[in-house]
Order: sequence, then structure tokens, then C-alpha cells
Amino acid sequence: MAELVQLLFAGLTTGAVYALVALGFTLIFQASEVVNFAQGEFVMLGGMVTVFAMKAGLPLPLSALLAVLVAVATGVLLHRLAIEPAKGATVVTLIIVTIGASILVRGLAQILFDKQFHALPAFTGDEPLRVLGAAILPQSLWVLGGAAAIVFGLWLFMERTLLGKAVRATAANRLAAELVGIDTRLVLALAFAVSAAIGAVGGILVTPITLTSYAVGTLLALKGFAAAMLGGIGNPVGAVAGGLFLGLLEAFAAGWISSTYKDGVAFLVILLVLFLMPQGLFGRRAVERV
Amino acid sequence: MIRRRLLQGVATAGLLLAAQPLAAAEPIKIGSFLSVTGPASFLGDPEKRTLELYVGKINAAGGVLGRKLELVVYDDGGDANNARTFATRLVESDKVVAVVGGTTTATTMAAIPVLEDAQVPFISLAGGIEIVEPVKPFTFKTPHTDRMACEKIFEDVKKRGLSKVGLISSTAGFGASMRNQCLKVAPERGIQIVADERYAPGDTDTTPQLNKIKGSGAQAIVNADFGQGPAIVTRNVKQLGLDLPLYQSHGVASKSFIDLAGPAAEGVRLPAAAMLVPDQLPDSDPQKKVVLDYKTTYESTQNQPVSTFGGHAYDGLMLLVQAIERAGSTDGVKIRDALQATKGFVGTGGVVNMSPTDHMGLDLSAFRMLEIRGGTWKLLY
Repeated sequence: MAELVQLLFAGLTTGAVYALVALGFTLIFQASEVVNFAQGEFVMLGGMVTVFAMKAGLPLPLSALLAVLVAVATGVLLHRLAIEPAKGATVVTLIIVTIGASILVRGLAQILFDKQFHALPAFTGDEPLRVLGAAILPQSLWVLGGAAAIVFGLWLFMERTLLGKAVRATAANRLAAELVGIDTRLVLALAFAVSAAIGAVGGILVTPITLTSYAVGTLLALKGFAAAMLGGIGNPVGAVAGGLFLGLLEAFAAGWISSTYKDGVAFLVILLVLFLMPQGLFGRRAVERV
Repeated sequence: MIRRRLLQGVATAGLLLAAQPLAAAEPIKIGSFLSVTGPASFLGDPEKRTLELYVGKINAAGGVLGRKLELVVYDDGGDANNARTFATRLVESDKVVAVVGGTTTATTMAAIPVLEDAQVPFISLAGGIEIVEPVKPFTFKTPHTDRMACEKIFEDVKKRGLSKVGLISSTAGFGASMRNQCLKVAPERGIQIVADERYAPGDTDTTPQLNKIKGSGAQAIVNADFGQGPAIVTRNVKQLGLDLPLYQSHGVASKSFIDLAGPAAEGVRLPAAAMLVPDQLPDSDPQKKVVLDYKTTYESTQNQPVSTFGGHAYDGLMLLVQAIERAGSTDGVKIRDALQATKGFVGTGGVVNMSPTDHMGLDLSAFRMLEIRGGTWKLLY
């Protein structure tokens, strides 16, 4: 039982970060059909800016706010300077543009910050909580709670606000949205800004556990993308489920099967799922309505 | 017609002869490929700084064989493919005399075939034992091997009266290599490996693996890896409340490990070079002077704390320079012969005695057993 709980929390904590990255992928994909491989860099910026702001003497909440603002500014600039000028380009071109942007952000971070790993202090102490014989870091609860709050906030925004409805309308049919007077350019910029903010918050929450460096974004982008595909790209519920599922897969594969092949096991399951359900666990079927 | 050809020939020969003294004054080119950026940057960066610093010092003191040294450094970013490409470039376009570089075992192994083919002496700065075992004619290395680290750790485990060890290692080059060596030497040292867990580079949680070690009856945990992985493992051991002695490898021998692992690092033991504790060495220690000199020089010019990794580069460069001087030549084969005849060289990593069958030349005495106490290193023996 203790082992099960331990593995469960290990998987959920890792999975929550994958879920947030996958959510960022999904938001941008929905609004613009762009697969944004710079998504992992937002997570990196969240962690790194907070670390360096704290080193400069700012308190944690202010540093975290600054980190989110920097990430949002980066997201909006990414849209304005890289994605918008390439409007009308093929999907592959746009993917390459975002990969290029991610390399640029990583390079800048390496110069502006440094090449070392950094840690943040845990928000509420390092003393693990004992739950059913398992030891759980209080920070894990911050990660899980933070992720849940983000998902709930996003749902409220999408369902209950006019702006959120504009985002959904743009996602459903861009031309029609423009015809009813929605500024789709603004909506796209908003999608990038929100994705960046989500990634940054994820980075801040998880850095006390996972440590951070200028280079952590690449692996997170890959895992987050896998999670988004697993859940069915373009579906926010799927993104969250896919992320958590991937995290749990890795933890249980490491704990029960073989830690040597845990990534292999995880990706094998993903391949199987996509083979049997090409649209992902929660994906829409590709039906063109005429 | 024939006469003219002859004249031309004589003229060319004359030109060549005239060019000879010029060539002698040309700098001696030493090549290097290092992981200055990327996951191993904390190794590659001090290595690059050290090479540049000491090449400058050697040149200021008159160079080698009356010629200046010229250093050509490429950054492979920790990528083995890049390392191979740069090794080829060093051989073919830069035409270097010898190479001191190769930050990681992976980048080193990728470059070895290129440098061996070209018969360019190569002193690697990476830890893996496969670099010098089996011995390759032109490949040397300065750091301690992972096998020595395993032996030193197991020696200490036995001293504590324990014998069951849980192993946790990264699947990346250094971790994988050290894991294999630990598995190999364990029976010889009377150690039983009761768990053999692994994690991927970049993994941020190792509690599932440690949980398995917890249930395996292990009396001590050995972690084989460098970079952020050991910090995560150390924190996770503390999180799970595993009350077992934790051993790290010489791969974490830098202050940043203590900073990253935080209070969890307290009590962690590791085998490491004398470099970490120069002030704690007894005055009778032959390495004390070399290590203190390097530390003072590095810290006064680079404004950052010294690390053992920069020391490996120092040892590599000094071994090479002394070999070139003894060989009296920049011919690859002659430098190689001089290198493997090195005896009693005192470096930052230990006292080096090479031979045609030993291209590293260090023994277990080069490793010191350290413990982290009060956020700093404490020399045990």
C-alpha cells in the first residue's frame, strides 16, 4: 500500500507538469493549428527567472510574478515576431519556426543567466508528509493543487467569459469568427500569452522539486507533446489526462517493471494507444462537416 | 629543357630550405573539443578556462621547445556526433599536434577512432574506463576511472562492516559505465549488489527506484551519475527517510552539488581528488603544493571556485607539454612514446606513472574519501 501511494504521488507530480505543458500545446494548437515546440521554454523561464530574481533579493511571490510576466512577454513576442509573419505557411514550416524560436530562447537564457542547475526553496518546507506509509513532499501538493487551479481557471475563462468564448469561436472556425467581429489576431496573441503563463507557473511550482537550468525545456516539450498526442491534440481535457497518464506510466513502469526500460515502456504504451485510437484518448474524430 | 627543370628543382629546394627556420618558429597547435555548453557544461567550462589560462602562462614563460603553443578549442555541446566532427576538423583542417579534451566518456569514445586513425596523441578528460581499457595506442586519460571510484566506495562500505549495496545509476554514459564497473568489481570486494536501479538523464523523480532499493535489504546506497541527477537522488533519499549511508561518485565533486542537494547532502560520502580539500591535506602530501598552486592561480584569475574538472585539464596539458619537451619533437609517435614513459608526474588528480599497458597511471591512493559535513567537504582519509 505504501509503495502504491508513493508511486502514485511520484507519477502524479511528474504528470502534472507534463499536463501543464500539454495544455499549453493544446491552447495554441486550438487557436492557430500551430504546434508550438517552444512550450518547454516557458517552463524553463518560469523557473530560471524566479531563481535569479530571488538571487537579486526579491521575495518569492514577486519573483514568481516577474517570471510569469517575462514568459508572457516572450510568448507574445514569439507570436508577433515569428508566427504572425509566417501566416499562411505550412504546418511543418510553422513547427520549424517554433523549434528555431525555442533554440533562440534557450541560447539567450544561457547567456543572460548561466549554464548551472539551480534550486528554489520549497514554498512550505522540506519535511515530507507521511501518507499511508508513503513520504510526500509538501511541494508535490503545491504542484498538484496549482495544476488543478490552473485547469479550473482555464475552464472558467473558456466557458464563462466573452473573451474565452471568442477564443473557442476562433478555434472552431476562424473565418466565421472574423465575420461576427472577433479580432482573431488578438485571440491568437492571447492564446500564446495564456500558454506562456501556464508553462511559467508550472515551472515555478516544480523547480523546488526538480531543479532547473536553461536546458530543461527541451525534454519537457517532448514529453508534453507526447502527452498532448496521447490525450488527443486540441482537447484540453485530453491534455491533462494525457500528462497525468504519462507521468503515472513512467512511475509505475520504474517501480514495478524495470527502471531501465521505464521510458521505453511509457512510449510503447503511447504507440499502442495511438495505433488503436489514432485520435488519442479524447480526440475528436476527424470528420469534416460540410 | 632538362637543365631548366633541374634549375627549377634546385630553386624549389632552396626555397624549402629557406622556409625551414620559419617553420620552426611556428606555434605548436594543440587541439581540444569540450562540452562548454549543454548538460556537461559544468565540467567543460572550467576545463576550457584552465586550458586557456595555462596555455597563456606557458607562452608567457617562453613556450615549449622554443615555440609558442596555439590552442584550438571547439564546443561540442555534450553531443557525441559533434565531438566526432570536431575531432575530424582538428586533424584535417587545423592539423593539431595533439588533443587534450573530451569532457564526457561519450564524446571521448566518439572521437577516439578519428584520432587513433590519424595517430594524434589524445589525452581525454573523461572518467570512463573504456577509454583506456583495452589500451589504444594514442589514447590517454587524466581523471580517475569509475572502477577506482567503485573500489574506493566498496572499501569504505566494508570498513563500516556492511556488505549489501543498492545501486542506482543514470542510463547516460558516465552512470552506465560506472554501474557496469561496480557490478564487475563488487564480488572481488566482497560486496553483494542487492538492487540495480536506473533512471534516465533529465529525470526529476527517483522515488520509485529508491522505493525498490528500500525493499531490497540494502545496507548502503551507491549513486553513479554526475550533474543534476545525484542532487535529485540525494533529495529523494532524504524525502523517503531512507536511513542508509549514501555514496556519490567523484562525478559530483563540485560545490554546486552541495548547493543543489541542500541539507539532504549532509553525511553523503564520495571518493574524490585531493583538489576538493587542498587545505586539509597534510604537509607531507606530494600533491599539496601542485593542488594549492593550481587553486590559487585559477581562483585569482577566473573569479570562481576551483573544481576537480578544471584540474583534469591542467593535468592533461602539463602531461602533454612535458612529453613534447622530453620527446624534443612534435611527431605524434614520439610524443606518444614520451607520454607512456611518464613516471612520477604529480598532478592535481594524483601521482601518475604510465606504461605502454597503463594509459592513465593512477592507483587507488589518488582517491580520497570525503564526507559532506556542515555544507562542506571533510577529508576522512
